[in-house]
Amino acid sequence: MPKDNETIDAQPRKKLVQVKHLKQYFNPGKPNEVKAIDDISFDIYEGETFGLVGESGSGKSTTGRSIIRLYKPTSGEILFNGKDISKIKHRDMLEFRREMQMIFQDPYASLNPRMKVKDIIAEGLDVHHLVKNDQERDARVNELLNLVGLSHDHATRYPHEFSGGQRQRIGIARALAVQPRFIIADEPISALDVSIQAQVVNLLREIQQEQNLTYLFIAHDLSMVKYISDRIAVMHNGRLMELSTADEVYNHPLHPYTKSLLSAVPLPDPMYERSRRRKDYDSSIEFDGKPRTLK
Amino acid sequence: MAEQTNQIKLNKNSFNKVGANDVDEQEKISAPSLTFLQDAIRRLKKNKAAIISLWLLVIIIMISIISIWWTPSDPNAQHVAYANLPPKIANGIPGFTGKASVGGEIVDKYAQANVPKGTYYVLGTDYLGRDLFSRLMKGVALSLLIGMLATLFDLVIGIPYGIISGWKGGRTDTIMQRIIEIISSIPNLVVVILMLLLFTPGLGSIVVAMGITGWITMARLVRAETLTLKSQEYVLAARTLGESSFKIAIKHLIPNLSSTIIIQTMFSIPTAIFFEAFLSFIGIGIPAPNASLGTLLSDGQKTFRFLPYQMWYPAAAISIIMIAFNLLADGLRDAFDPKASE
Amino acid sequence: MEKILDVKNLKINFSTFAGQVQAIRDVSFHLNKGETLAIVGESGSGKSVTVRSIMALLANNAHIDGGEIDFKGQDILKMSPREIEKIRGNDISMIFQDPMTSLDPTMPIGKQVAEPLLIHGSMNHANAMARAEEVLKLVGIDNAKNRMKDYPHQFSGGQRQRIVIAIAIVNYPEILLADEPTTALDVTIQAQIIDLMKDLQHKIGTSIIFITHDLGVVAGIADRVAVMYAGKIIEYGTVDEIFYDPKHPYTWGLLNSMPTLDTSSKRLYAIPGTPPNLLDPPAGDAFAPRNPYTMEIDHEAMPPFFKVTDTHYAATWLLHPDAPQVDPPLAIKKRQAEYRELLASGQIGSHKAKEVDQNA
Repeated sequence: MPKDNETIDAQPRKKLVQVKHLKQYFNPGKPNEVKAIDDISFDIYEGETFGLVGESGSGKSTTGRSIIRLYKPTSGEILFNGKDISKIKHRDMLEFRREMQMIFQDPYASLNPRMKVKDIIAEGLDVHHLVKNDQERDARVNELLNLVGLSHDHATRYPHEFSGGQRQRIGIARALAVQPRFIIADEPISALDVSIQAQVVNLLREIQQEQNLTYLFIAHDLSMVKYISDRIAVMHNGRLMELSTADEVYNHPLHPYTKSLLSAVPLPDPMYERSRRRKDYDSSIEFDGKPRTLK
Repeated sequence: MAEQTNQIKLNKNSFNKVGANDVDEQEKISAPSLTFLQDAIRRLKKNKAAIISLWLLVIIIMISIISIWWTPSDPNAQHVAYANLPPKIANGIPGFTGKASVGGEIVDKYAQANVPKGTYYVLGTDYLGRDLFSRLMKGVALSLLIGMLATLFDLVIGIPYGIISGWKGGRTDTIMQRIIEIISSIPNLVVVILMLLLFTPGLGSIVVAMGITGWITMARLVRAETLTLKSQEYVLAARTLGESSFKIAIKHLIPNLSSTIIIQTMFSIPTAIFFEAFLSFIGIGIPAPNASLGTLLSDGQKTFRFLPYQMWYPAAAISIIMIAFNLLADGLRDAFDPKASE
Repeated sequence: MEKILDVKNLKINFSTFAGQVQAIRDVSFHLNKGETLAIVGESGSGKSVTVRSIMALLANNAHIDGGEIDFKGQDILKMSPREIEKIRGNDISMIFQDPMTSLDPTMPIGKQVAEPLLIHGSMNHANAMARAEEVLKLVGIDNAKNRMKDYPHQFSGGQRQRIVIAIAIVNYPEILLADEPTTALDVTIQAQIIDLMKDLQHKIGTSIIFITHDLGVVAGIADRVAVMYAGKIIEYGTVDEIFYDPKHPYTWGLLNSMPTLDTSSKRLYAIPGTPPNLLDPPAGDAFAPRNPYTMEIDHEAMPPFFKVTDTHYAATWLLHPDAPQVDPPLAIKKRQAEYRELLASGQIGSHKAKEVDQNA
């Protein structure tokens, strides 16, 4: 990397999440062992949006799920706010669950079809006892609905009555209900139409500015990730290929894999498309036996 | 195509700019809100066979409830003098005249037996002179009780077992599944016969046998469904919110399992009813003198060639109950899970 | 140019318990021989329904309320199921979105590719297998001869989509309908599949209808573009006309909501609101409630198509001679300039850009 991340900012910012040599193997030691994440390390600073890009099977979603402790890492450590999340005691777990939230990919599978919208959004409020009575609960739900651009009429309806974009906004409201500091957005826009993607991305940005949130934005679409992220990490086969500021990754990619990924992104311009040629990436160069680390 | 514009009246205000509507206005949902249950009921109502079955079952259940307190006569009281009387209704519609052909001659059996005027046996009497209608009422009631107990085992053992096995996964799941396999490898009949060594034959041993094996299908179905629900994003979301496993089961798993549960219950009731009838028929179920559909069929079958009514009515009753439950279960499955039927 | 398929005034309704959903509301378009027509629209705009109606693959509760689909002088909508079966997979074939579910997991791929040939009785078994091998090579399956006996799960997602394409083209169909064939794939695989489809079109001269919601993909593959909104085509023209001289405010909105290369953190443009409910579509322009340029007439009457050029039509009252002059948003022009600059600077795909210059 041309620049050290620390020197980009004049003042060193606070590291909210630190991932150190994280390994996540499924079925370890068995013939069907899968190395979903193979020794990755990165930091996420408070207040920034950290983009994590990769193709399907690259381990990007697994990384998100390991950070929020849906999976137990095979080895390595994840520090949140300076504390190792694998060592959180049971009684502090609830507090951790409040501070870190997740927005999911599939707006159709991420809302319980048998629950009303207000109960979906208030689930976190109930778990963490953030409201005293039903009146306060309804008021908070309405406030959250307004925040994501829906109206209080929607509170008593069921998820199937909403469009994909609206559902995704309900999912965002559910995550925001517990007032988290850090949100993992796991491909929140890839299942949405283009015009709706823009709505959701704008919403995420606005909320970030208002509430000083930190995001881990996971996606396979480089163009949208570049738009929302401050820094981007590129993942492939469970490893980090490149990590730098969004501009650097986009305009001066160093790793051949990043170059190949960028060359494949279609742009809405016929003349540009006609003259485009994609670059293929031969992943076998990774398996030459030489140890590789991010420089 | 531009000619079409002529048909539309244009005035000078037509091209005044009004701009986009308010966003809130567009996000309004005008369609009536329909919950999942309402939607399922709507689909069920379209299924005539299921609705007829439902009403039949309601009527049968009502009659059975009445039989707890009232039957036309004591079902176990014997009047040997009135044995084997054919069915008779006051005004004597065909088939219920109280007459039977004996040696090619039609005789009034009621007169022969000196039955007092005004005493009728709607479905006749058996070889001990017991009122068959009363016995049938009791028998159906017993069958439904067995059905209820089967449901109870499904709900109390099958569902928690399936949810725990599917949710915990790993070694817990493996052990729990091996246990199920061992239990289900023993035939039901063997279990009942073993029970007879420990208990006196009767309702108790049938219930214990059902308690051991009856809930297995439910547990397996619930486990399989839990495994898929477990990886659904809304369940993951609940976990990231810090919801406890118990609350997740109550709030997320059971409501989404409800269709599986209802449908499986509807299929397991007739299975249990038939199981009891079968045991009573071969003589290791409900002991004499108590009535059950199985004992009625068994008694009726002995005299079927001479007194067919003694078997026809209990046979019809069990058939109607079985068919009605199965049709209703089918209807519920289509209503709750429209994909399965298409 | 010769028209190979002509869809006229197609209307399709779906009956649901809440009423009739007017999925397709008077759609007309045609496909020229050897060209690629892209149909662009959001989910629910009716683009998939339109294409499925050509293959007579509509759901049970759909009914066609009018219109015709002319293929080689015959109306597909009036054909018997037998006649349609003769066309399906032979003259017209289709590629679906999900390569995982379009292949039979229990059948070796060679047999699956050869199946359309055997069904339509055009070849004996040996010849069909030989053709299958040839087509698998054509779509870029390495070592096709030996892999014919492999099952779908032994292939990667991108390879599976190649096999799906091989099945669709094994009969050298005249028309290939592609329903979001790259949406489920990674960008690098998507680029390969698009290149493959362009290459195949060259080799076997098929006409393609390509459905997608991704304007980037459209720019790369289409000769002509039709933009659909709320069950109607609202603008159509050549790919350059749609991208460089769009006339309908919805097309402007779509183009504008794509993220640009400009990394400054200004807001991304988003079309406000959601598409109308087609149970009760509005009387006027369906896009009017979301359109910042809406005029009174838009709420009263549906706009007819106004001619822009011989190939470019748009259904918006803004093109009426009496309407006030409205320029497309500046942002669109700005974007175009950015892409030109990018092309000239050669930041991405630089070597190719130079080649084009030389050719020009």
